[in-house]
Amino acid sequence: MSTVADIRAIANLTKAAIRQSLFSRILGSPVAFVSLGSLLILIAAIIAAPLLTPFDPNSGDIGQALLGPGADHWLGTDSSGRDVFARILYGGRNTLGGAALALAVASILGVTTGLIAGYHGGKVDTGLDWYTNLVIAVPHIMVLLAVRAAWGSNIWLIMTVFGVLMAPGYHRLVKGIVSGVRNELYVDAARVSGLSLPRILGRHILIAIRAPIIIFAALSAVVVIGVQAGLDFLGLGDATVPTWGTMLNEAMVNLYIAPGLMLWPGLALGVVNAALILFGNGLRDALEDSKSTKRPSRRRGISANAPKAGTSGSAAVPAAGGSDGDTRAGAGTAVVGVPGCGFIPDEAVLSVENLNVGYPSGDGHKLVVKGVSFGVRRGEILGLVGESGSGKTQTAWACLGLLPTGGQIVDGSITMSGRDIGSVSARERRGILGKKIAYVPQEPMSNLDPTFKIGYQLVEPLRRQLGLSKAEAQAKALAMLARVGIANPERTFDSYPHQISGGMAQRVLIAGAVACDPAVLIADEPTTALDVTVQAEVLDLLRELQHETGMAVILVTHNFGVVADLCDRVAVMQLGKIVEQDAVEALFSNPHHPYTRMLLSSGLEDKKPRTRLLPAATPVLEETKP
Amino acid sequence: MVVYISRRLGAGVVLVICASLIVFALMLADSDHIARNLLGDQATPAMVEAKQAALGLNDPVIVQYFRWLVGAAQGNLGNSWFNAESVSYLLLSRVPVTLSIAFGTVLISTVVSVAVGITAALYRGWTDRALQLISITGLVFPGFWLALVLVAKFSIEWQLVPATGYIPIAQSFTGWFQSLTLPVLSLTIGAVAGLSQQVRSATIATLEKDFVRTLRSRGLSEGSVLFKHVLRNAAPPTLTVVSLNFIALMSGAVMIERVFALPGLGSIAVDATGVGDIPIVLGAVMISVIIVVTVNLLIDLFNGWLNPKVRLT
Repeated sequence: MSTVADIRAIANLTKAAIRQSLFSRILGSPVAFVSLGSLLILIAAIIAAPLLTPFDPNSGDIGQALLGPGADHWLGTDSSGRDVFARILYGGRNTLGGAALALAVASILGVTTGLIAGYHGGKVDTGLDWYTNLVIAVPHIMVLLAVRAAWGSNIWLIMTVFGVLMAPGYHRLVKGIVSGVRNELYVDAARVSGLSLPRILGRHILIAIRAPIIIFAALSAVVVIGVQAGLDFLGLGDATVPTWGTMLNEAMVNLYIAPGLMLWPGLALGVVNAALILFGNGLRDALEDSKSTKRPSRRRGISANAPKAGTSGSAAVPAAGGSDGDTRAGAGTAVVGVPGCGFIPDEAVLSVENLNVGYPSGDGHKLVVKGVSFGVRRGEILGLVGESGSGKTQTAWACLGLLPTGGQIVDGSITMSGRDIGSVSARERRGILGKKIAYVPQEPMSNLDPTFKIGYQLVEPLRRQLGLSKAEAQAKALAMLARVGIANPERTFDSYPHQISGGMAQRVLIAGAVACDPAVLIADEPTTALDVTVQAEVLDLLRELQHETGMAVILVTHNFGVVADLCDRVAVMQLGKIVEQDAVEALFSNPHHPYTRMLLSSGLEDKKPRTRLLPAATPVLEETKP
Repeated sequence: MVVYISRRLGAGVVLVICASLIVFALMLADSDHIARNLLGDQATPAMVEAKQAALGLNDPVIVQYFRWLVGAAQGNLGNSWFNAESVSYLLLSRVPVTLSIAFGTVLISTVVSVAVGITAALYRGWTDRALQLISITGLVFPGFWLALVLVAKFSIEWQLVPATGYIPIAQSFTGWFQSLTLPVLSLTIGAVAGLSQQVRSATIATLEKDFVRTLRSRGLSEGSVLFKHVLRNAAPPTLTVVSLNFIALMSGAVMIERVFALPGLGSIAVDATGVGDIPIVLGAVMISVIIVVTVNLLIDLFNGWLNPKVRLT
């Protein structure tokens, strides 16, 4: 029923489809192979019907009506004494033949118009789109009834019309893929090198749409077969032409005396449909698998934080015992922590000890955070610095207990006021989140729910976490919006996220994070996605709020400018470990670890243009070599 | 908002007119055989000629079409060729039956699909596999075959519900409910198959969105995150499938009405098709198109309410 909705999913497989031979894909998927095989065997049996049964599907001995299965009549006889097995075989010719005709008409029409619309776009495309929407909005059976009413019960004519009605599905599928492929570089190259249009379409584009079309055809064949059988089931077919539908009509008429008649034609439909669906799904899964081997993981944050090449061997082993002593061979950079890199200050409101975060991989875990220790005191701002993939965001999410699916704390503890919040129940954690530890995300626009007004998104947690009434929560939310520097709080309160700017959205998120007066605020690159001018304002706002409330802040960033501006202390992360941790002034004036020095020197600020760039970078790089 | 609705209504009217033109042309492009079909093989050419004149089939198709369209615009879909009854009257009395089946199925299949789809999205593992199994079973067997099985078991063998017939809701609610139980059930299985998969994938996609993490970081309950925020964001693609399902249901209902002898739009269309009563078939096609267009408009409006970004465009 949802074949049209499948189109998008199928169209997404195009890229994978281009890269591999269709045949090898089918062979590679046992499900697709077996179901295609059984389908072919069934079709062969239907074609070879005269060899398999001596009976005529249309004539029977009325004296032998409604016999059960036996030696003569393998599947018994129907109410007119006709052999059921023969009728299944001969009926299959018409049912499947009719369906094949409809599919052929639909695919030839739809693929042609889809190619044209997808390749040319413009008015042709708009017109065809309109026609497509028109045909899709009409219940197909009703139109087929109209055809049947006017033209009689010719199965082939009706199936041809049905093919025309099914064509828009193919049109949409092909158009979607082609307009995607059209602008690919290799098609441009073919065009520039003067290949003719039919050549480009045939050679470069048809190959891209081949597998999706086969999958779609298999799934839409189920619909076509259902409708074909349905029409005959309604008694609108030609009574002299045996089909599975007319057999089911027989079964309905004799439902009270011989309910068993529905079994075999139903089973025949079921087997064919199941084979088609499993074939389509199998082929789709095979393509999806090959797509996902190309891109190992689509989950956010994992691929980005996976250890770099050369470390994968040691990554599977949990790095127990902290960061020291774990040197790895073959890596371009020797990661040896400098003394003090696992420093946890006294009276820390949040202390992280020997934290290891991992994602399932093979038998064990792939660690993305390895033996990280740090702490943050009340009123202190700790910078967590490193390049992307260093594990800083994973560390932040682990502190919040909000790691993506699959991620878990493999070892270590996260302690807040004497309690290990890394291992509390989900219910307890909800009591902590927002109230004790809060979060400001990186990308303001994607972190507000687009379907709810901003006011609602602020009021909801306030009511839940502070137990405020609706009016109180509303007043508090408005006050918070005013506090974070939004000029017209009422208007923003009443807006949807897409109606405000990125800078405003980040202020809203900060307002939401500090609304319940948390003891620790974790801000994950809070300014990265913002304009430079807005960045400074947001940093000022964070500083002010921190001074006012005395909360501890963990500021995740890759920007040393931000660190110098805001932080009291800083911890430098590389490849999932903290390699250096110190007070900001000390770290800037006397960086110990080569990686820290490299990061510091790669900033562009306070530098004379050009001349100093190369000499400054070179010695650091040399030092990092083993 | 008003502009949006009136624009969509306008487009709907154009669509209905175009559909009627196409179906009309499809049926009456060649009118010779129609009179012949009606009269049977023994009819003499003179009889055929007379019948054609009586039905107005001698006029050019476009003239016939405008005659029909002008009538239709005034709510008059012509008269049956067999008993001269008003087509509008015949059909309108049948609409509630078909709508009961279609809406019942949409409602139940949506509730079930949302429950099953979300469960599978959250827990994966064996629930996921169970969902796959349900989906494939639902797609493998045509609704009318399932209906036959249900009748054979529930009505004939166990005598739990009446096998056939329809009781209007005004007459008896329980009777109405019983007469629709099996028809709706047999259509629901197929509808759930596609829809639950859609809910599952939309939920999984939404759960991976950034704002879900942020909402959780505020300490919201999992129920609120799931049922308010995730569900609302997962709704648009799901509603698209619901509206496509509804179109398919209008087709499926035709066969189901036959099995259960329900006096709906489909069964009258099938009867009229069997005897070649073209005004009734044409009217039935038009009314079902109007229903589909209206339902799709309502679903789009609901979508716009759920998702403010859609509303502006």
